Amino acid sequence: MASVVLEAVRKVYAGGVEAVKGLSLTIPDGSFTVLLGPSGCGKSTLLRMIAGLEEISGGAITIGGKKVNDVEPSERDIAMVFQNYALYPHMSVYDNMAYGLRNRGTAKEEIERRVAEAARMLAIEPYLQRKPRALSGGQRQRVAMGRAIVREPAAFLFDEPLSNLDAKLRVQMRLEIRKLHNRLKATSIFVTHDQVEAMTLADQVVVMNSGKIEQTGTPLEIYRRPASKFVATFIGSPAMNLFPGTIAAPGKVTLADGTGFAYDANVFDAKPGAKVEIGLRPEDAKASVAAPGRPKLVWEVTEELGATRLLHGMLAGSPFVLAMQADIDTPARELALEATPETVHIFDPESGRSLRRA
Amino acid sequence: MERRALFGGKLLPYTLLLPQFAIVVVFFYFPAGQAVWQSMLMEDAFGISTEFVGFENYQILAADPDYYKTMLTTAVFSILVAFLSLSCGLLLAVMADKQIKGATIYKTMLIWPYAVAPAVAGVLWLFMFQPSLGMLAKMLRSWGVDWNPLLNGNHAMILVVLAATWKQISYNFLFFLAGLAAIPKSVIEAAAIDGARPMRRFWTIIFPLLSPTAFFLLVINIVYVFFDTFGIIDSVTGGGPAGNTTTMVYKVYQDGKAGSNLGGSAAQSVVLMIIVIALTAIQFKFVERKVQY
Repeated sequence: MASVVLEAVRKVYAGGVEAVKGLSLTIPDGSFTVLLGPSGCGKSTLLRMIAGLEEISGGAITIGGKKVNDVEPSERDIAMVFQNYALYPHMSVYDNMAYGLRNRGTAKEEIERRVAEAARMLAIEPYLQRKPRALSGGQRQRVAMGRAIVREPAAFLFDEPLSNLDAKLRVQMRLEIRKLHNRLKATSIFVTHDQVEAMTLADQVVVMNSGKIEQTGTPLEIYRRPASKFVATFIGSPAMNLFPGTIAAPGKVTLADGTGFAYDANVFDAKPGAKVEIGLRPEDAKASVAAPGRPKLVWEVTEELGATRLLHGMLAGSPFVLAMQADIDTPARELALEATPETVHIFDPESGRSLRRA
Repeated sequence: MERRALFGGKLLPYTLLLPQFAIVVVFFYFPAGQAVWQSMLMEDAFGISTEFVGFENYQILAADPDYYKTMLTTAVFSILVAFLSLSCGLLLAVMADKQIKGATIYKTMLIWPYAVAPAVAGVLWLFMFQPSLGMLAKMLRSWGVDWNPLLNGNHAMILVVLAATWKQISYNFLFFLAGLAAIPKSVIEAAAIDGARPMRRFWTIIFPLLSPTAFFLLVINIVYVFFDTFGIIDSVTGGGPAGNTTTMVYKVYQDGKAGSNLGGSAAQSVVLMIIVIALTAIQFKFVERKVQY
């Protein structure tokens, strides 16, 4: 068990591409931290740098108080679960799990005990003598996790381990990973581009975009108080609606058609007259019968999702998606929108940052 | 997983097989059958009459101590060439796989020797090690080695082994390189994280995963040293000195073409054929079991 500390870590590839741009982050001991971001944001590179598979171009990485910049992967006391599992195809499941222990000269009885325990925990006992090719995707995934668990490392690294599984299995494995973490309490770093995985697994979510950290926080913080337009639209499905507005007075923002929403002036710091971007989640907007002087949504298409129904339309010249209960009859073409002040977000259109007071 | 093509009738699949089958018949079954027939015949010294003698040619062969010496020479030669060319090919492939700068040039240069005809390769090595003129021979002499492949049988053997190995390394290199490229990078990374140092990684992960390639190359190399090295031996030593580098295939040529003993030569080639078929069968039966596909 150990905390992992990154200080101004940079990665510059030979071609001059800067994949990770001076990034600082603390992963507390025993936490489950998810690095979340779109492909190419540098999250996998960062994980591979922690693992020691990529050289560090600048800054420092510390695992359990020990600087590991120039330490071989084998000496870092970490275990990694790969996206394609990376099982040794010529070894049985047992040998796959025992390999790391044998390399470290662990006693035979101890290896047997640890493999047996991990196999029981992951329900792969019947397959111990099989070769990986005789296993299904989910079973291979378990073996890959078993291989990490038996090592009892200071930190677990997961590189998109669920993305090769089908949707149903992914949900199931996600839950098992979380259960396993609750039980082992080992520091875990999990890379994914799937916001649902991030929200369900993490104690701490780190949202990354083009080599930098956009925001770090608990899943709910990230969802409720996005620090930038990027985070606001990346987290939540369907994405948060963004549309232009002007601050009329503290606590009041108007749209292009003169109608407006109330926002919490104690939370957002915006000067009257300032051009801003308003953020409103599809599930936070409430619809009622259209009335003059109220923001008006004119919808064109509906999408039925079972429990909810999405209405796609226009609000004061900007596209807008509204999520509503599906058991309500399809409403009129024109609706009035309202939102409680706490759910309205204000962003600076230039920098994309939230105008939330520090 | 097994994949089978489905055909409506029998005509199409047999038609598709026909060209390959025709080639095998014309270039293998027909000459092989002829050799078997020829090995049962004996010509008189002037080539005027031919007589059917059954297995007499084989009996003469079995009683010939020279023939056993040739077998021993062939065994030494093939074991040395197969071992050296496989291990050098593997070593170079592993190094080329790590190489980043100028990798293409490096790989191309290593493949070149394969394009050289065996006889030409032999002549190249002959020049370099020619006792009175060769550069490398002069170097050896300056170090006090009494180098003379024309008189010393061991030196001659070293020379043909070098030439034959050099020629075959390219082929082995190419296949090992392809084999290495097929090993997923993440498997090797996983082993690194699992605490395996580079040497251990090689022997416990990379080498077992290369074993299908290595097995294929072993079979190919054995066939190569038994047959294709003829040109090298002919141009470098001509089987000498004193028959020290006469391999079985070279003796077939010597006795048949130069010695005009067609029956005896045919009997030898039948024996050679049986040995190679047996070796290949043994490899498939015993070595293949240890191969990880």
